[in-house]
Amino acid sequence: MRRRIVQGALERVANRPASISAFSSILAIVSGLVVGFVIMLIVNPGDAVPGFLTILFGWLSEGSRSAGDMLYFGVPIVLTGLSVAFAFRTGLFNIGATGQLTMGAFTAVYIGVNWGFLGAFHWIVAVLGGMIAGAVWGSIAGLLKAFRNVHEVVSSIMLNYIAMYMNTMLIIQLIYNRQYARARSPLPSAHIPTWFLRDIFPGSSVNIGIFIAIGLTILLHIILNRTVFGYELKSVGFNRDAAKYAGMNAKRNIVLSMTISGALAGIAGAIMFLVAGRHLEPVNQLMQEGFTGIAIALLGLSAPIGVFLAGIFYGALEQGGYYLQLYDFMPEIIDIIIAVIIYFSAFSLFIQTYVAGYLRRKVGAEVELQQGTELK
Amino acid sequence: MSQTLGIVYFLFPLVLASMVPLALVALGALFSERSGVINIALEGIMVMGGFVGVMSIRYIEMATTLPPQLIAFLGLLIGAFAGFAFSFFHAYASINMKSNQIISATALNLFAPAIAVFVARTIFLSRRVVISGNYLIREVPILSEIPIIGNLFFTRAYLSTYLGIVIFIVLTIVLYKTRLGLRIRSCGENPHAADSLGVNIYRIRYIGVLISGALAGMGGVIFVLSFATRFDGTVVGFGFLALAVLIFGQWHPLKILYAAFFFAAMRVVASTYSGIPVLQDIRLPAEVYRMLPYVATLVVLAFVSKKSQAPRAAGEPYDVGKR
Repeated sequence: MRRRIVQGALERVANRPASISAFSSILAIVSGLVVGFVIMLIVNPGDAVPGFLTILFGWLSEGSRSAGDMLYFGVPIVLTGLSVAFAFRTGLFNIGATGQLTMGAFTAVYIGVNWGFLGAFHWIVAVLGGMIAGAVWGSIAGLLKAFRNVHEVVSSIMLNYIAMYMNTMLIIQLIYNRQYARARSPLPSAHIPTWFLRDIFPGSSVNIGIFIAIGLTILLHIILNRTVFGYELKSVGFNRDAAKYAGMNAKRNIVLSMTISGALAGIAGAIMFLVAGRHLEPVNQLMQEGFTGIAIALLGLSAPIGVFLAGIFYGALEQGGYYLQLYDFMPEIIDIIIAVIIYFSAFSLFIQTYVAGYLRRKVGAEVELQQGTELK
Repeated sequence: MSQTLGIVYFLFPLVLASMVPLALVALGALFSERSGVINIALEGIMVMGGFVGVMSIRYIEMATTLPPQLIAFLGLLIGAFAGFAFSFFHAYASINMKSNQIISATALNLFAPAIAVFVARTIFLSRRVVISGNYLIREVPILSEIPIIGNLFFTRAYLSTYLGIVIFIVLTIVLYKTRLGLRIRSCGENPHAADSLGVNIYRIRYIGVLISGALAGMGGVIFVLSFATRFDGTVVGFGFLALAVLIFGQWHPLKILYAAFFFAAMRVVASTYSGIPVLQDIRLPAEVYRMLPYVATLVVLAFVSKKSQAPRAAGEPYDVGKR
């Protein structure tokens, strides 16, 4: 009897390829957490267990305040994750999210500092400005790919550094606060509003960026799964030549998908810096959020809703890391965990093939791996 | 005239100090890509090599009274070994697990600075690893007396410069004049043909990636010894700059040298332009010079990538079934 139940459960899993992919994601997360825990055990065995629990559940420790901050930390990562995931689905690897985010951040802050005359529309225009800057930066990689056959990974790496230096240069030329050696603060009218969130999450930094993230997640889900446009983008991603043969404009679609991807990263940059107490600095350092987005896109299986959940999970880790210093652990342990998670999620195809093979032997079910969510 | 010469004598050793590690790390990337594995983890491997190497140098400095150049040499070796070991993770993921090589490299790039800063902060309570930092050779005895060449190559130099030049020449010969080199190149160009001739693709690719790891690791130590007296958990994009050197140099050792010279010159100009009369008058921000190598690489890519010199199979996991 029991055997039959197990058999049935396995069959059900085997017939749902998505759950095999999800399994490999969870395996990657668990591996990352295990490595993190082992490192903590080595550094400080006494506090490793409470410290580790803090990473996982720290976001609960101060109730609605820390939960709000978890969302606050999660939003930019959700957006860069969506940016990378959208490009993945259309067959492109957007490693340039950090550059697009930087350009978006600078443009948004520039508008936030200077265009006070916009009044109530100020923050909206600033976010839109960030979005456009990110889109333009993304489209460069798209144009180079479509018309000059330049691999988007290589061009994006170059564009990341160009954006980084440009950011430093423009800050110093245009919006420099010499006294603090950083960019000037955006006017309060450019801050992302908090609306009623301030009452739900008193004391936390959360703002309506979370609604923007939710809205964009739903929008992308619809575009990718329910529209002709999304279908075309995915088709070009699967097989550029076949899509062309079917009458689709492959070049246009490549440019468009990099543009959209860049726009998402640009919005992330705007939301990150249009808040009180956070400043752009002319420091010649790549912003890590763009790279974290790659991890989030992988964990979320490149599906918008999955990315959203993974991004909020990241926010929880980040928030946990914030409390970690209570136990004498350095918060970089979070970055280590994320890096290990990315490393193991790179194995996903292998794990999926292995699990599928195992299930096939076990239940004799024909397992077809879900195409499109996995990366070659 | 003599003033111009003075500026050249002042700048050239600085350019050389940047050029050698750039060319060395780019050569490492060349080995990896020629064997068929794209390695954008150079940045992370440099950080790892730099961190381990500098930590070792710090402890050797404290524990012994060895001559500085010997300490530097040991540090370079240890850094190379750390890079070698660290790049194993990339090799395993890309070769055995047939992973996406960009993803596993990104993981390494994130992991290295995180672990370096984590360990440094745990031990020293600061992200900085400080060393005494006196590894400049002011004048090489006798050789610095040679007119012109003495001023250009044998004053204000680093041990790593000479070591790097020797390694660069040796490895270039290995890649183009030996059986191993031919095998490495064939694995990146047409692995199935190589396999049919009995070449062990996996082994050759491991060799390619691990050599690139060792060179990048050594490059990380060179970076710290030449440009700073401390390690901050970053090599500020030097690894990616080396990747740009590889592409700008079109996957060819001699052109890599030209590219490294150009990029190194831009780096030096960006930090010293206020002392150079001509550039002082133009008054461009330093970032323009720093940006220029990347812009130039993009332009080159846009014009040549239709007939790219990149190894054909680079980035593709080896799949016997596709033969």
